Amino acid sequence: MEREVRWYSYRFVSGTRRRERLVSRLAPYLLGLPAIVWLAVFFLIPLALMLVKALQECNPATGVCVMTWHWSSLSDAWTNSSTIIFRSVTYAAIATVIDLVLSFPIAYWIAFYAGRRKNFFLIMLLVPFFVSFVIRTVIWKFLLSSDGLVVHSLQALHLVSSDYQILGTTGAVIAGLAYNFLPFTALPLYVSLERLNPALLEASHDLYAGRITTFRRVVLPLCAPGIFAAFLLTFIPAFGDYVNQQVLGGFGNTMVGTVIQNLFLVNNDFSAGSALSVIVMGISLIGIVIYGRLLGSKSIGDFV
Amino acid sequence: MTLTSTGTRQQINVRVANVTKKFDDVVAVDNLTLEITGGEFLSLLGPSGCGKTTTLRMLGGFEEPSAGSIYFGDRDVTNLPPHQRDVNTVFQSYALFPHLSVTDNIAFGLRRKGVSKSEAKLRVDEMLTLVDLEGRGERKPHQLSGGQQQRVALARALVNKPQLLLLDEPMSALDAKLRKTMQLELKRIQSQVGITFLYVTHDQEEAMTMSDRIVVMNRGRIEGLGSPRDVYEQPSTEFVATFLGASNLVAATLERGTGDVALAHHAHGTFRSPAHRLPPGLTGAVKCGVRPEKIQIRALGDRVAADENSLTGRVLISTFMGVGNQYVVAAPQGEEFVVYAQNSGQTHAPRSGEEVLLTWPVEHSFVVQPSGDQSPEGESS
Repeated sequence: MEREVRWYSYRFVSGTRRRERLVSRLAPYLLGLPAIVWLAVFFLIPLALMLVKALQECNPATGVCVMTWHWSSLSDAWTNSSTIIFRSVTYAAIATVIDLVLSFPIAYWIAFYAGRRKNFFLIMLLVPFFVSFVIRTVIWKFLLSSDGLVVHSLQALHLVSSDYQILGTTGAVIAGLAYNFLPFTALPLYVSLERLNPALLEASHDLYAGRITTFRRVVLPLCAPGIFAAFLLTFIPAFGDYVNQQVLGGFGNTMVGTVIQNLFLVNNDFSAGSALSVIVMGISLIGIVIYGRLLGSKSIGDFV
Repeated sequence: MTLTSTGTRQQINVRVANVTKKFDDVVAVDNLTLEITGGEFLSLLGPSGCGKTTTLRMLGGFEEPSAGSIYFGDRDVTNLPPHQRDVNTVFQSYALFPHLSVTDNIAFGLRRKGVSKSEAKLRVDEMLTLVDLEGRGERKPHQLSGGQQQRVALARALVNKPQLLLLDEPMSALDAKLRKTMQLELKRIQSQVGITFLYVTHDQEEAMTMSDRIVVMNRGRIEGLGSPRDVYEQPSTEFVATFLGASNLVAATLERGTGDVALAHHAHGTFRSPAHRLPPGLTGAVKCGVRPEKIQIRALGDRVAADENSLTGRVLISTFMGVGNQYVVAAPQGEEFVVYAQNSGQTHAPRSGEEVLLTWPVEHSFVVQPSGDQSPEGESS
């Protein structure tokens, strides 16, 4: 019955009715328009420009670029920087693993044991990150310098020799990365643990699983999407980061972000800079594709 | 359809001895003592907050008693964690592992106990047959209906053949019709596997349908204990009389006679009650009661038999409910009696305002301890 009526009204709608219908169908797109324009102008166009620049030849002195379609710029960028890219991947991966190990207990504790003070502890976790990224890193430089608090204390305790250095080492860079991107790991982990039904843990205990088995068989598999999201959200910015290495690192631990920055701002070589950026983006994309393949594209939105 | 090895299993009694559980200052379970007989279907019945779930959780090992002990047979298990107890639980929300298939869910406990994969597979299949889910083993929990999920939860617990199976309001998420079917199903399964079931519910009908014995709880204490029939017909306290079914209760003074009839004197006369049914130690101010369906509503002036209590009153409300009529009758002093009369097509149905005679056999009269201000709260329908 209802169906018939609908069919009837569909066939005999008046002009104004039809227009109303059209407007209501377009409404979501109209509402989304500002965001679409914003993304197009400030994200898609620069991205396209970067891809174009990678295929152009630019005069470093004048900044004038000519389209040459030299795809070799991409392979050149890879050949020139592959060592640094591998190093960056390694540093970012180590920093991310450190973050996962550090944040898991924190997130677990907040999700299951913080009770009514959950939000308080989450904010405590985030408070240091309200300060500018660069300033935080510069403060770390003071802390880690040879006459800074950390080295002095270690020397006072006779744990290290008098010429011991932290600043400028690979360790300092990785530690800086781990520190700066910790919230990107902790928050997705927290979200996935928060969602875990505590009754499942009880069910596991009820079925003869101790704490470790419960963690391995129930908590880990159910948090896998969260862990992977945390990994990506930490790894990608850490991989492209240039601040930590410049402030805390030294010779021999240059990361790809620094190279790109130098190519653009020091060498004025927009073509090579763009080519290297494209490669970095490609590597990050591979990670996201793996995530989508393994865990579905739906769940990534939950954590970002 | 039989289970291969349950029959041989030695059944043990579970004993809860003087157990108290406090959460901060709130006493959830108050000095509870209870013996669960091996192989029985026992229900803990009571309103929300009466301590029934806390009792179940202490038996499962999820909560530690503040005082008292729990014994499985002769073994003190009071401080044993859940994974070391020979108990399994069907959780209210089922708590099926969403990342595992039905088969892996059911096999979880067996695998943890070191049962081989092939052996576990056999026993899981046996269980799937028992709960009528053959061929659904490869599905994930979210692909099943609520009733099917519930049966998986049951199978996941039963497959381990525990000494005690705990069921925490497992039907609360099912619709009324399915619940009826599952009640019969659960009773069938229980008699088939012969495992001791402890069933927690606030639904009196559910408890009565399935249980061998019912424990009625209120405010952390046991108010009544016995077979469904005994608890219903001979309630031991006012709380039980009103929580389990409905009761007409009048305040009275008890006079224990020497014979087999006790007298309860109330404002407009005396009700007689079988003496052997009196709760021990009861004296003085009591409440005397009768169930609405035990009362006969008759024309004024009808002859009252020697073994009947009687009362005259005026019909306030007469409600036709299809299977029967429900009347509210006001006694001279203003107390209201609810009377339920089966629609058998024979009795005369009085109208509102009519004066009537209420009679009921003495043996259906009961006397209970007044609960004071402890009236039942929560669901009692």
